[in-house]
Amino acid sequence: MTDTGNIRLEHGSGGALSRDLVEKVIHPLFRSDSYSELLDAGPLEKGSDLLMTTDGYVVDPPFFPGGDIGRLSIFGTCNDLSVSGAKPLCISLALVIEEGFPLDDLRRALASAAEAAREAEVRIVTGDTKVVPRGKGGGLFITTTGVGRRVFSLPLTPGRAQVGDAVIVSAPIGAHGLTVLAARESLPVAAALRSDMAYLYSAVSALFPLAEKLRFMRDATRGGIASVLNEVVQSSSWGIAVEDAAFPVSDDVRTVSSLLGLNPLEIANEGVFVALVAGDATARALDILHAHPLGREAQLVGRLSADSPGKVLTTTRVGGTRIVDFPRGLLLPRIC
Amino acid sequence: MSDESQLARSLVSEIESVTARIGRTVRLMEVCGTHTVELRKQGIQSLLPRRVTLVSGPGCPVCVTPSGYIDNAMQLVSEGRAQVATFGDLMKVPGASGRTLSSLAGTGRVRLVYSPRELVEIARGSGLPVVFLAVGFETTVPTIVSALLEARDRGVDNLFLYTAFKTVPPALRFLLSNPEHGIDGFLLPGHVSVIIGADAYAFLERAGGRPGVITGFEGLDMLLGILGLLRQIERGESSVQNAYPRAVRAEGNPRALELIARTLETRSDTWRGLGPIPGAALGLQSWLAESDAEKEFDIPPAEDREPPGCLCSRVIAGMSTPPQCALFGTRCTPDDPVGPCMVSSEGTCSAYFRYGGAR
Repeated sequence: MTDTGNIRLEHGSGGALSRDLVEKVIHPLFRSDSYSELLDAGPLEKGSDLLMTTDGYVVDPPFFPGGDIGRLSIFGTCNDLSVSGAKPLCISLALVIEEGFPLDDLRRALASAAEAAREAEVRIVTGDTKVVPRGKGGGLFITTTGVGRRVFSLPLTPGRAQVGDAVIVSAPIGAHGLTVLAARESLPVAAALRSDMAYLYSAVSALFPLAEKLRFMRDATRGGIASVLNEVVQSSSWGIAVEDAAFPVSDDVRTVSSLLGLNPLEIANEGVFVALVAGDATARALDILHAHPLGREAQLVGRLSADSPGKVLTTTRVGGTRIVDFPRGLLLPRIC
Repeated sequence: MSDESQLARSLVSEIESVTARIGRTVRLMEVCGTHTVELRKQGIQSLLPRRVTLVSGPGCPVCVTPSGYIDNAMQLVSEGRAQVATFGDLMKVPGASGRTLSSLAGTGRVRLVYSPRELVEIARGSGLPVVFLAVGFETTVPTIVSALLEARDRGVDNLFLYTAFKTVPPALRFLLSNPEHGIDGFLLPGHVSVIIGADAYAFLERAGGRPGVITGFEGLDMLLGILGLLRQIERGESSVQNAYPRAVRAEGNPRALELIARTLETRSDTWRGLGPIPGAALGLQSWLAESDAEKEFDIPPAEDREPPGCLCSRVIAGMSTPPQCALFGTRCTPDDPVGPCMVSSEGTCSAYFRYGGAR
């Protein structure tokens, strides 16, 4: 898929082509024995308790209901550290600004980033500023790199998953991606939507006492829940069986995504994570999440299974079975 | 267990007993692209007895548009004669040349639209003629034509339609005219029937016809539609049944039909893979000739050429299933599609690939 030719927008969609690009073009050049897996955050050196992660933010428009690029650039990076079992400590922040971008908007985005950093109790310790000519940039791009201290001692990787483990989704899905799409395209149908953007550390760390029974966590951003579940089955020896009716989806998201022909499982979130926990810890994990403001609507959506290894299968509302694949292509609406 | 899955279970067991009484393999064709997707998305095939086979029909508008239409649209863009506005799916369909409209996005003369209602403002703001790629069935046709009429009323004279409108009933009649069609019944489209009405399928009840059930899009709707077809097949009937009465009336939507009658006339354009079908396309009437891109830009008839090895034309006609194509899932995927059945979100190959169509 990615052997020749040029980069396409789909390479950045968080779905099958994104993974293909990373696995075939990028990762082979940097792989080493200490860094053989594709992780959201890695240790500064082998065995170190300090984890590092980085992320680029290019959201368009930069301001949308429920958030903005500044807040996103802090929370997104802190969330990657959190689901890797680390408490975020500090962040670097690099700006690429297009000539002509309003100074007021820049101030607003940065004030929002500063406020988010205070909420997350992380310090912004260094940064960089570049300006590119008009027409050569996308308004404002922000890259943040975060360092955190490992709090949870076991690796939170799909490799630790076992048959019978519960798949838990922490909050209603699909709000962020739909909100941004609606703001960009000025879709009036989605006026009631707000991004679910949130700093996840306190909810995530509430699960740390599960210890060995907590196997894996991942925030379900670009590519949505569908990407996370497929990454799990591709990196483990098992399959996943879920139920359509079990996923928490708000009425607004259900209505708007159905109008646009989109699947909530494939839509980006910024305040939702997937957790795999041992089967006998399911009730305890759900109790912990339900007691937390960011996990009140957490749901058990399925289990790891020995059937259909490498595949995510869902039972539909009428009892049929189908595959849940990596998202393909861009978020395009239906034609008729 | 929810009410929905309980109801589904009883419908499935009824489907099983009727199928057992029929005692042979039954082929049912879903005509509408939305059904193609929803049947797989809801895993309906996985609930059916082995002897009931679902085949997809020519119900995806992008899929039945000949490749030459894309080439003609690309030529308008590359020659700088017009800005082309289009729904997203068409952007990624390769023309006969193998190139796509999205490869021309850098010219600034390809504009993605989500709703035809955007067209008037796009045309007003454009220094170039704006040609909309007017692809769709009876469902989409009225909103596109309304946008054109609104533009003309408001004195916006640079909006043109390049029509590839198709109509469903003549296509079904055409499929039945092939003595080897092997179709035992039709799941008739819910959305299209809202516009054209249940009476539009009366021809199915005549000699050589087949049972048809107008069906909605929820899982239970589709199971009910399938059961309705099987019951008719068991009794040897062929009548048109409306199992979607909450949306579809016998006479259809009179306002939409009046709009179509006032602005469009039937033509016999080429359907991809099926060739020209008598009366199964709609073009602008002569009083709208000034807004007809084919006339204004002297666009040649769209040629229908298939990429080598692509079975899309047989898939559209219900003669092949996607896994029978050597390109399916290997050379041809939604990320790098060869034929339109893999590009369109409503295409059969795309639905099979994404949701798993085979058992």
